[in-house]
Amino acid sequence: MFNIRDKGASVWESWSPPARSSFVLIVITLVALLPYAGNFGPTSFLDTPISSYQAVLVYPIALFVLMGLGLNIVVGKSGLLDLGYVAFFAIGAYTMGIMGTMTSLNTWQILPFGIFFAMLSGLLLGLPALRLRGDYLAIVTLGFGEIIRIVALNLSVTGGPNGIVGVPTPPAVLGQKFELDDHAGYFWVIFIMILLVIWMIRRFTIRRPGRAWEAIRQDEDVAALMGVNLLVYKLWSFTIGAAVGGAGGVIYASKTMFIAPDMFTFNTSILVLACIVFGGLGNIWGVIVGASILAYLPERIRFISNARQLVFGLVLLVIMNVRPDGLLPRKKREKIREKQAI
Amino acid sequence: MNLQVLESQFWSLCLQGVALGFIYVLISLGYTMVYGVLRLINFANSEVFMIGTFATVVAQVGILQNQTDSQSLHGFRLIYTLAFALVFSMVVCGILGILVELVAYRRLRALGAKPLGFLISAIATSIVLLETTRIVTFSRPQTSPRLLDKWSFGEVAGANFRIDTVMVIISGVIIFFVLDRFVTKTRLGKAIRAVSMSEENSKLMGINLNRVVSLTFFIGGLTTGAAAFFYTTVYETTQFNVGFNLGLAAFTTAVLGGIGNLRGAFYGGMFLGVLEQFASAILGSQWKSVTVFTVLVLVLLLKPNGIFGEAVQQTRT
Repeated sequence: MFNIRDKGASVWESWSPPARSSFVLIVITLVALLPYAGNFGPTSFLDTPISSYQAVLVYPIALFVLMGLGLNIVVGKSGLLDLGYVAFFAIGAYTMGIMGTMTSLNTWQILPFGIFFAMLSGLLLGLPALRLRGDYLAIVTLGFGEIIRIVALNLSVTGGPNGIVGVPTPPAVLGQKFELDDHAGYFWVIFIMILLVIWMIRRFTIRRPGRAWEAIRQDEDVAALMGVNLLVYKLWSFTIGAAVGGAGGVIYASKTMFIAPDMFTFNTSILVLACIVFGGLGNIWGVIVGASILAYLPERIRFISNARQLVFGLVLLVIMNVRPDGLLPRKKREKIREKQAI
Repeated sequence: MNLQVLESQFWSLCLQGVALGFIYVLISLGYTMVYGVLRLINFANSEVFMIGTFATVVAQVGILQNQTDSQSLHGFRLIYTLAFALVFSMVVCGILGILVELVAYRRLRALGAKPLGFLISAIATSIVLLETTRIVTFSRPQTSPRLLDKWSFGEVAGANFRIDTVMVIISGVIIFFVLDRFVTKTRLGKAIRAVSMSEENSKLMGINLNRVVSLTFFIGGLTTGAAAFFYTTVYETTQFNVGFNLGLAAFTTAVLGGIGNLRGAFYGGMFLGVLEQFASAILGSQWKSVTVFTVLVLVLLLKPNGIFGEAVQQTRT
């Protein structure tokens, strides 16, 4: 099968460094201008039936790309199946919700707290859970995601089923205000976070943790024999993934100004997982493409309101049958000895 | 915290737990059988169960023309109706299981996809099943007629032996026993076990792999269908989203007992059913699933392969 991922990589490798950096700059500029893409040509095409194109660009698309990249560290890079990723997103969102309404801290000051609490919970969950094998880990993480939602549903500090209303929006940065109807600012914030995460993943991949994750993904036993400390590196992968989810949650809560337990169901975890498997597991471009498509599609086809999830399921099913490794699969050379890996 | 129930309702909760546990066991066989053979979590099984509950209602109301508010039946008519609904639900779910395998797994297996691909494809299938049912039933809950008059055999130590509780337990034991015999004693059962040990080698031994896989999905569907019938008979209502919670509990059951291990699933179901009953009585039903998962994590910490471990020939390296 024709592999766009390999083709792209070989073209990229043939370029000189200046060409590469200018290409990166152009791409970043173009993506940063995406909120205004609706201003050119037929705007109605990009708009979705109930929300404007700009709104959809921030949530779900940009946030799903962010979460997909975070989950990709856990599932794609180190092969740990996490079915409760929404838990970290929820922890970030509730950190923002509770601290934002009860203290005078603003979003940027709460962001580190959100990341910290998400990482802490990742650590606390990971310490027992990461000793387990693949499918057991899956059910434990799934359970964790449900537990976080049920706890949020039943505690008074989280507002129970009513959630938290009136989460403050972020204060202005460099003259860019953040208001309810102004989506561009949020998009740029999330875009910057996405770039940071991509940068982080790329750095990790070529260094010791990245190699350790790759080894763990391909074969845990061999990795352990080679001296990789399984638990430590799995914990790293898990907590870094959690941190990205938590950061996404903080921004999400601050943007929607309202959070409730319904927003953090198992379906979200599954959707994020579907994004990265659909796009192509373990590679950044695949995740971005997959998340963009799967986040945009259900919004775009809202006009068939009743059947939209059905169509979504059918599309997912057909694509998985046609391209089981996703749209942009992992590089060929990484595929060797992948029998046991996820 | 309400510790008094421990004294006053101990045996009652145990009995309810065992009855609930049997429903979990029957659904979890749908996960465990498939996992044993393909090493994959069949996420669509919860929706197979959901379809089964509707199939039961269709059999009782649509095919046998009972009104939803009809009087309870007696004698031969009752046994005939219940037996027909049970068989109908089992067959529908069994066939649906085969279809799920054909649609979601067959092509991916031929292409040699990775486990996550199967997972997403199974989830996509369950989205399709769930949404189709939602649209067809207009998201409305569907009540099933109370055809079985729920009289009680009497109380023993505070435990109320109601006819439906007893029926679930006895039929559960029978179905489980038959299945266990089937897998351990018959030729087809041997083929299933052979495939679960090694796909490659069983192919070399002349086993038709696709047929065994279809058979496994069919059997998993049969037990899930039986569970759907019992669930509908006991709770008398169903909805398009009924599968999620029960599927989750059944999956937990399978994991608790050691996924891929039939007898493990049995004990796992008993344990989970009783635990759930006590957790909701003592802590309140909203903390039920939290307790279950906390216990699950603790159990897995002490016994990483489930309480009873995976069957020896099925343990992966």
